[in-house]
Amino acid sequence: MSNPVKDQEPLWRDEFSISKADERYVNRRQLTKFLTLGSLGMFVGNLWILVKTWVRKTPVYPRSVVAKAGEMPVGAVKLFQYPKAGEQCIMIRTAENAYVAYSQKCTHLSCAVFYAPEHDRLECPCHQGYFSIKDGSVLQGPPTRPLPRVVLERQGDQLIAIKMDPEV
Amino acid sequence: MEQYSGSRNLPQQRRGLTAIDAIAALIVILLIVQIWLLSATLDMYLAGHRETALPGAVVSGILCAACFAMYGFVLRVDKDSRPDR
Repeated sequence: MSNPVKDQEPLWRDEFSISKADERYVNRRQLTKFLTLGSLGMFVGNLWILVKTWVRKTPVYPRSVVAKAGEMPVGAVKLFQYPKAGEQCIMIRTAENAYVAYSQKCTHLSCAVFYAPEHDRLECPCHQGYFSIKDGSVLQGPPTRPLPRVVLERQGDQLIAIKMDPEV
Repeated sequence: MEQYSGSRNLPQQRRGLTAIDAIAALIVILLIVQIWLLSATLDMYLAGHRETALPGAVVSGILCAACFAMYGFVLRVDKDSRPDR
């Protein structure tokens, strides 16, 4: 008795070892496996951040004399390194008795920001990210995070850096 | 007749494929949420807000567990739909 299903099958199928239906299953199963492993990768990334948070050492900020009060004219800029060598920061005298200091590293891609007195803001020349001189907040992207501020303390005629805010 | 069981079970196989497609789509959605979660947690971490790391990891772990559960379901559907394999 002839089999109508077999009669419809092309001849080459007899010699082809993989059925189309099976292949579909395997392809989808492998895709699902790949996606699941991707999900595991994302979870590992989150775990890594968590571990970094837990094992992170509390930063130690030394008290460091940055400048003498009055040695800079209003609107002038002084570069210094804080909390350690190689961590470039920028201090600006904004008024007679007002000084602000920030990390000079742009929070986007770490280019050095500079003070633009004509706009009274800190500007990153790489991608035109602008930061407020008042609090370091972002005025224009692409950076999304504010510049870390160096907290200054005045002691007599000396300006002393005491810590970073937020901690870096 | 036994050798043509694959063709005879086609509707069941098709149902299985549809189920796997649906599961794959769900996993893609969960994966997109996880990618967003990781980038948001990293952004907050770099901004100094360390308190988001724990909830981020917990939610990501739950989503990952859901993905693995669905992958297990896919394996079961595959096995049920093709018992001869």
